[in-house]
Amino acid sequence: MTTILYDGTYEGWLTAVFEAYTNKLTDVLFTRQEASTAKLFEATLTVVMDETKAERVLAGLQKRLSAQGIMSLYKTYLSDIEEPERVMWQFIRHVFGNGHNVEEDYGHPAVWAVRQAARRVKREAHRMQAFVRFKLTQDQLYYAIIEPECDVLPLISAHFESRYADQRWLIYDARRKYGIYYDLETVSTVGVDFQPRGRFTSGLMAEISDEREEFYQELWRCYFKSVTIDARKNLRLQLQHMPKRYWKHLTEQIRKE
Amino acid sequence: MAKLQILADAAKYDVSCSSGQSKRANKDKGLGDSKGYGICHAFTEDGRCVSLLKILLTNHCVFDCAYCVSRKSNDVKRAAFTVEEVVDLTINFYRRNYIEGLFLSSGIFDSPDYTMERLVRIAKKLRLEQRFNGYIHLKAIPGASEELIKEAGLYADRLSVNVEMPTEQSLKLLAPDKNHQDVIRPMTYLKTEIAGHHQERKQNPKAPLFAPAGQSTQMVIGATKETDLDILGMTHQFYSQLNLKRVYYSGYVPISQDNRLPAVGTPVPIIRENRLYQADWLLRYYGFAFNELVGSEQPNLALDIDPKLGWALQHLDLFPVDINTADLELIKRIPGVGFQSAQKIVEARRFRKLQPEHLKQMGIAYNRAQYFMAFTTAFSLRKEYTPFALKQLILARQKSKYARTFSTQLSLF
Ligand code: SF4
Repeated sequence: MTTILYDGTYEGWLTAVFEAYTNKLTDVLFTRQEASTAKLFEATLTVVMDETKAERVLAGLQKRLSAQGIMSLYKTYLSDIEEPERVMWQFIRHVFGNGHNVEEDYGHPAVWAVRQAARRVKREAHRMQAFVRFKLTQDQLYYAIIEPECDVLPLISAHFESRYADQRWLIYDARRKYGIYYDLETVSTVGVDFQPRGRFTSGLMAEISDEREEFYQELWRCYFKSVTIDARKNLRLQLQHMPKRYWKHLTEQIRKE
Repeated sequence: MAKLQILADAAKYDVSCSSGQSKRANKDKGLGDSKGYGICHAFTEDGRCVSLLKILLTNHCVFDCAYCVSRKSNDVKRAAFTVEEVVDLTINFYRRNYIEGLFLSSGIFDSPDYTMERLVRIAKKLRLEQRFNGYIHLKAIPGASEELIKEAGLYADRLSVNVEMPTEQSLKLLAPDKNHQDVIRPMTYLKTEIAGHHQERKQNPKAPLFAPAGQSTQMVIGATKETDLDILGMTHQFYSQLNLKRVYYSGYVPISQDNRLPAVGTPVPIIRENRLYQADWLLRYYGFAFNELVGSEQPNLALDIDPKLGWALQHLDLFPVDINTADLELIKRIPGVGFQSAQKIVEARRFRKLQPEHLKQMGIAYNRAQYFMAFTTAFSLRKEYTPFALKQLILARQKSKYARTFSTQLSLF
């Protein structure tokens, strides 16, 4: 078993795959650099991201997979499944080990695992398209905080860019501590620690918010309450669609003290 | 705020709230887009999704339909929005990503044309002044002039005329001011207009959009005596003759003391409503004909099992189906296999002979489906069962799952 240490980026991982093939390694364990290096008693290979190598792997994949198949692999990388690299590696080995496109070979464990991981990410990305709640600041920036389980910002960026083309906005992933910011021209990634815990008191919020912000939040809560049909109450169903872990950032679920 | 409460409250019984099937791209950095699939932004305590700001322009009404909270004779608080208020609410909710768009209905204020004209004004203002590309669904007020309905189609994504009651008879009984003709006429008109604009856009992509998401309607279920055969027969007509995109079924929520109607406190027929949605789904996506699901001998769908299982139990002679060789259409009809799973099966069997463990891995409801499928190897299990015994067996194994079958949206997607 060889441990391959890479920088944690997708391109870095593709480079690592390139190195694994060049060195004819099959039994490998990919480790992201920031993670523990306890397994150093085994052979370790440190890989530096190299665009040319990454692109060669990608080109190889493009020959054998559809765009959707390649996307599924990328989504697996963004997912929160355990050891995504292990599944991705098995998948890649199956892909390169066959002359024809195997992405629909759902009887194969890695093909199915990739599909499942991709669906998980896709579902959460879809949920985040729904559950982002923008608040307006005095300087007319719409900002939202989310804490998804998977790293979905790269997947939802285009959606918000085309939807909110005429307003400045920022969506911040508080779990991964980075955000995407749109300045009316392009979307860029921002790494600031936007919300140190505890600093965002309601007083501060009131200070930076647009004067009508609180009013629309109140209206939305009021609307949300009015449309519930009591005779059909079904809390379990509500939770199934809108798990509690998301509520913290949902305007309609924030109870006013 | 009080206005919003009243007018959202009064609109909540209308179920046609989905925002799908319309693509409207954002042009020149305007606001919003519609992607052709709905996004449910929130879920209320009854588990239904909120994707649109669904309100009435007003709950004043000159009519007196017995099943409606806004009816003239009901003693409720009345309110009305101005055109500007609706526009402002829509835009501000949309910018905060609370909603996909607006669903605007209204009581009949003064006259149908007077009301319709205001609905149109709102849509027009949103599109032209606010450069809004989100979803707009307008209720076409029965009795409004064709000119207004035509104008509505130019700004709205979807238009709907509610038939409310599945038969003329019960409509007469509960809504003496209305008749089916008033509903069918605008539907027929819309059908022609939608088809015409569609043709025109094929030749000239720059031609204006006209209700690109088509039209829909709603039927109230359980307020009167109709059978599922009556209801699905009507549905069939709407899909086949009027090209409707969706028919919605709304389990009657008893809201008025009226001896023509189920008493207040009568439970909402949620399971029946759910079965109707399942049947509707089978009509639209699985190639079933309505009279395969209900007939004069059994005019109602079973409540204890879903319509697909019900159909399969009556056609055991067609099973088991060999999943390694059967047509997609037949695989779709296996209970426990959804239409997406059916496609996956057909794709996956190109690579290897599928065995039960493959299906389990692919997330197919194997517990249920096993009785209806064969795997090239001899598989004779089902011969031992009568339809009745099989039903009991499946029900017993799936108890917990069935106990949960409550909503319209739950098991459909
Ligand atoms: S016309 Fe419409 S709003 Fe008026 S009472 Fe009848 S259903 Fe209600």
